[in-house]
Amino acid sequence: MTTTTYPQVLTRRMTEHPADSHTLARYEATGGYQQARAAMGMTREQLVETVKESGLIGRGGAGFSAGMKWSFLAPPRPSYLVVNGDESEPGTFKDRQLLERDPHQMIEGIIIASVANEVHEAFIYIRGEYPKPARRVQHAIDEAYAAGYLGDGIFGSDYQLDVTVHLGGGAYICGEETALINSLEGRRGEPRLKPPYFPAAKGLYMLPTIVNNVETVSNLPHILEMGADAYKALGHDKDTGTFLFSVSGHVKRPGNYELPHGITWRELIFDIAGGMLDGRELKAWIPGGASAPWFVPEEHLDMPITKDDCGQAGSMLGSGAVIVMDDSTCMVKAAERVVRFFAHESCGQCTPCREGTTWMQQILARIEEGHGRAVDLDLLLDVSDNISPGLAWPPKMTTICPLGPSAVSPVTSLAKYFREEVEAHVTEGRCPLG
Amino acid sequence: MADLVKITVDGKEIEVEAGTPVIDAAIDNGTYIPHFCHHSRLEPVGLCRMCLVELETPRGMVLTPSCTLPASEGQVIHTKTPVVDKAQEGVLEFLLINHPLDCPVCDKGGECPLQDQTLGYGPGESRFVEEKRHFEKPVPVSDLVLLDRERCILCSRCVRFAEEVAGDPLIEITARGNQAHIETFPDEPFSSYFSGNTVQICPVGALTATAYRFRARPWDLRKVESTCPHCTAGEAIEIDASQNQVLRFNGIDADATNQGWLSDKCRFGFEFIGSAERLTVPLVRDGDGFRESTWAEALDLVAERLGAVIESRGGEAVAGFGGARGTNEDAYAFSKFMRAVVGSNHIDARMDDAPAAELLAAVQPRATIGDLDTASTILLWGPDLKEEAGTLYLRVRQAVQKRGAKLVVVHPRRTGLDDRATWKFTYRPGTGFGTLEAFASGAGDFAEARKALDEGPVVAVVGLTGMTEDPTLATAVAAFAAGLPDAKILPVARRSNTFGALDMGCAPGLLPGRVSFGDADAVAAFEAAFGAVPDHAGLDTSGMLEGLANGDLAAAVLVGADPVRDVPDGALARRALEAADFVVALDLFLTDSSSLADVVLPAEGFAEKEGTFTNLEGRVSKVNRIVAGPGQTQPDWSILEEIARRMGRPMGFDSAETVAEEIATVAPAYADLRWRDVERKKPEGVLLDGGWYTPKAPAGPDVDADMVLHLARTLYDDGVAMRQSLSLHHLAPGGVAYLHPGDAERLGVTEGDQVVVVGSAGEATLPVRFDPSLPAGVVYVPFNQAGVPSLGAGAAVEVRSA
Repeated sequence: MTTTTYPQVLTRRMTEHPADSHTLARYEATGGYQQARAAMGMTREQLVETVKESGLIGRGGAGFSAGMKWSFLAPPRPSYLVVNGDESEPGTFKDRQLLERDPHQMIEGIIIASVANEVHEAFIYIRGEYPKPARRVQHAIDEAYAAGYLGDGIFGSDYQLDVTVHLGGGAYICGEETALINSLEGRRGEPRLKPPYFPAAKGLYMLPTIVNNVETVSNLPHILEMGADAYKALGHDKDTGTFLFSVSGHVKRPGNYELPHGITWRELIFDIAGGMLDGRELKAWIPGGASAPWFVPEEHLDMPITKDDCGQAGSMLGSGAVIVMDDSTCMVKAAERVVRFFAHESCGQCTPCREGTTWMQQILARIEEGHGRAVDLDLLLDVSDNISPGLAWPPKMTTICPLGPSAVSPVTSLAKYFREEVEAHVTEGRCPLG
Repeated sequence: MADLVKITVDGKEIEVEAGTPVIDAAIDNGTYIPHFCHHSRLEPVGLCRMCLVELETPRGMVLTPSCTLPASEGQVIHTKTPVVDKAQEGVLEFLLINHPLDCPVCDKGGECPLQDQTLGYGPGESRFVEEKRHFEKPVPVSDLVLLDRERCILCSRCVRFAEEVAGDPLIEITARGNQAHIETFPDEPFSSYFSGNTVQICPVGALTATAYRFRARPWDLRKVESTCPHCTAGEAIEIDASQNQVLRFNGIDADATNQGWLSDKCRFGFEFIGSAERLTVPLVRDGDGFRESTWAEALDLVAERLGAVIESRGGEAVAGFGGARGTNEDAYAFSKFMRAVVGSNHIDARMDDAPAAELLAAVQPRATIGDLDTASTILLWGPDLKEEAGTLYLRVRQAVQKRGAKLVVVHPRRTGLDDRATWKFTYRPGTGFGTLEAFASGAGDFAEARKALDEGPVVAVVGLTGMTEDPTLATAVAAFAAGLPDAKILPVARRSNTFGALDMGCAPGLLPGRVSFGDADAVAAFEAAFGAVPDHAGLDTSGMLEGLANGDLAAAVLVGADPVRDVPDGALARRALEAADFVVALDLFLTDSSSLADVVLPAEGFAEKEGTFTNLEGRVSKVNRIVAGPGQTQPDWSILEEIARRMGRPMGFDSAETVAEEIATVAPAYADLRWRDVERKKPEGVLLDGGWYTPKAPAGPDVDADMVLHLARTLYDDGVAMRQSLSLHHLAPGGVAYLHPGDAERLGVTEGDQVVVVGSAGEATLPVRFDPSLPAGVVYVPFNQAGVPSLGAGAAVEVRSA
């Protein structure tokens, strides 16, 4: 167990004070709301510049600079801040912990982000299957209102900020920022066209809107507290700050780990997460959520975990969801399960995603059941190509949003690393793993 | 007009307005890009992904939908690269994997964009070996439209039409992914007056119309362009027929008029043409009934009886009703017949339900429908356009909803445009003059709306709000509008070719070509063509009916007129026709009126004859023949010519086109207008100039009564064309008395109870329904509903619990 050797920032309070880290009393006793108070005295430019300098990368999975995202905000006002807590990528469960166990940390971040962007109305969109985190957040908001940290004249200033919690209705796609905005407005959760509907220009109710992830916002008090340079130093090269990994699957110690970038996958899986269960062998892992192409031990185990290294290896860190699979895993079944997820979660707008993902799932299920044909893997790849032309990384799309191309990742991974296993399903007429 | 930009499509440089969707720019300039969800009259959404093209960018080629790509300077677009071809083939394969291959029994088969684009861009074979998706089908989404969710490709055209164009967002995509499908809301059908448009724009056979389902194969259809026979907006339509049966109307995208859309009444109101109840032989009265006769016998009888009346009582003892249901040529022949053969100016195409003829025919400055697209404020003081002029309603809605024009609505109750009105004023029928005075002065609540009208351009849509309204109120409103700094007037009246008929002189005070009796030179010019013309205006419809009823007049000629159903005082019309010495009716059916005639002559109807219509803007367009009239039917002009010859005063017509040539010679507003010119301008037609009437403002008295009647038309009613269109007839609301809940309470009745409404000329017992949009002291009764006696045109009524 080596996690304590790395500095804890976002998870420190919940680790040290597990019983009451979610309360305002504990939050303030451990230095909380001082940075929001300080932000009230800073200019918008100072705040945006500090965040830019910190190199904070959005933690929602797309890997885009948070400060840059803020600077795109179009001038017309009012503008909105939407905090994306619709954590629904399979294998991702870090926001849940932040929402449930340190909601004031996020609220303080919301205040900072709002002041930095002249926002007076913020929304927290929480995944519908997260009732307890939502209750904790609502309670924390109530505490903050009572304390004068939200509402009219926060911290004795003349600044007004209201925060509203909204629960999602159970759609993965509402984690996509424009679909989330549609959902907030009461519409079907369908991604909007970009252009013209970039949230920074035409977002919620067609007004400029910043959409930031829970973890991204939760970082803000720490950036102000320690300063941009110290924050950068926590991380590794371009990947500044700490990063929450959600490790799940066939490891001895699954869970959330706050770590710097730059460690290797071997360290993460075998040291930090305790290695494989029951002495099984590592077969493959998904490095950054269900949308990410898979990694295999032969090629990637000693690779440092950075955004760039992952990208160059044809995958991504995404939202930090690491799903580890051992040698008892049928890779056809694993791919089928991931594709089934995306087919189920497709909003249905775009033809290739609506029709293609289900078709791919049907083919994979047929192979898994032993009814595959020799042509099926090539068919799968060609269907994939019609959703994501060229099967390139980062993916090209025939669709509005990347959900459809996400379903292609397991298929290309299967073809790249486990073609023989697929062929064995076909020739043996059953799953070779039994 | 937006700036012009140059873009390059497949190496060809084209110049388009900045912001035009690239797909439209390409298609308009000869490069076809396949598509399903894109429709040039709907907002682009980029769903089907069929119109993908490659765009050159600094980071290389990007695959992007061309429907959501606004044209901007210097864009370089490629529509036929291997990447595009593969993507489009892929999209088609995806669309087809779950699409049933039931094309042989699908209405759309043969005119199906999915079939056509599969041929052009699709894969040659299917690689799909799984089970296709299944849904229960078909499911009715409205009384007129059925949905097959297996055929649906989720392009959302129907959803977008309902929300963006019709303003009836009653149809949506529900569920998601592979199970996404079109659905209506629970217990709330897609009961839109415009539902049929979704059938026309559906790119597959998912939405089908009950009136057309399984009736034809598209390749068997004969097609002809024509003009809608129901509305006065002059919608461009295509008539489809097979085996001498009219089977379908579709809207044509004429920018000047309907932009492709039709109300369901216009779209499905073709069934009357092929009705088994059409008259096919002349009928001659025989006691209480009729007997069939030969044309010769019937025509001789008409000539003899009319001649006898003229000889004994003079030509001015004869009244002429109608002209609005036929072509301009028929109307001209009728007008000339009354003036030159009979010698009477007693002729009216209006059924006592329209504003002054001069206002409708010759108002100036007159607006076009297209002027609504650029108006900064629209004043609507007239009928509920949703009920009485469907496509005009859509045009106004579009101006407000899409472009943000301001809208002022003044009406006695809620209207279909209230949800988009910037200002809405509700007033008691009978208090229009007082309301207008207050409005014009900008008093109180009217201040902002009144002020908005001082900034142009303004279009004032003016007509009768209801049938108990003093028709001169419309003139007063028009006079007010004419006095605004930058306003034009669009006069509205109902019934088919009313505007054409008035232009042809089917009006007591107008001669053909919008000539007033006050214009001595023009009247003198007619003497040359017509012989003697009575030098004074005749009686209008109510005057003629009263004259017949009290014996001042002796005979009536009905040309496609059904005053018993159509005038507010139907009982008077019945008395008038019963009292007349002689009545001849030219009609398609034995109506409540023609069945009172002494001779009924079977006329050709719409789609059976050629000619022109004139719409409410004064726009002339062609109507064309595609089927033969049933039995021995004849066109109106020919029947009237035959009678004229037998009366010794032939009019000189031997074809509809010879009538048109005479119109072009003698009718000033139609000078030199030939059919070929109208044909050449298809589908827009020819907009005529020639207004001379600047409305003056006669202030009438307001009605002071405890209860007043609002009597107004609904889209569907018991008129003869509706009665004979079986798909539509059951959609009429039927007899009902709408009351404000407060009035109902005062009367001691609630919803469903019966009340007796005692009008100025009749009474009816009707079930009560609440309408909180009514002012207190108003009862609203939809006009001309089956089984409801006529109430008369007076506003003051008595209402009591039955």
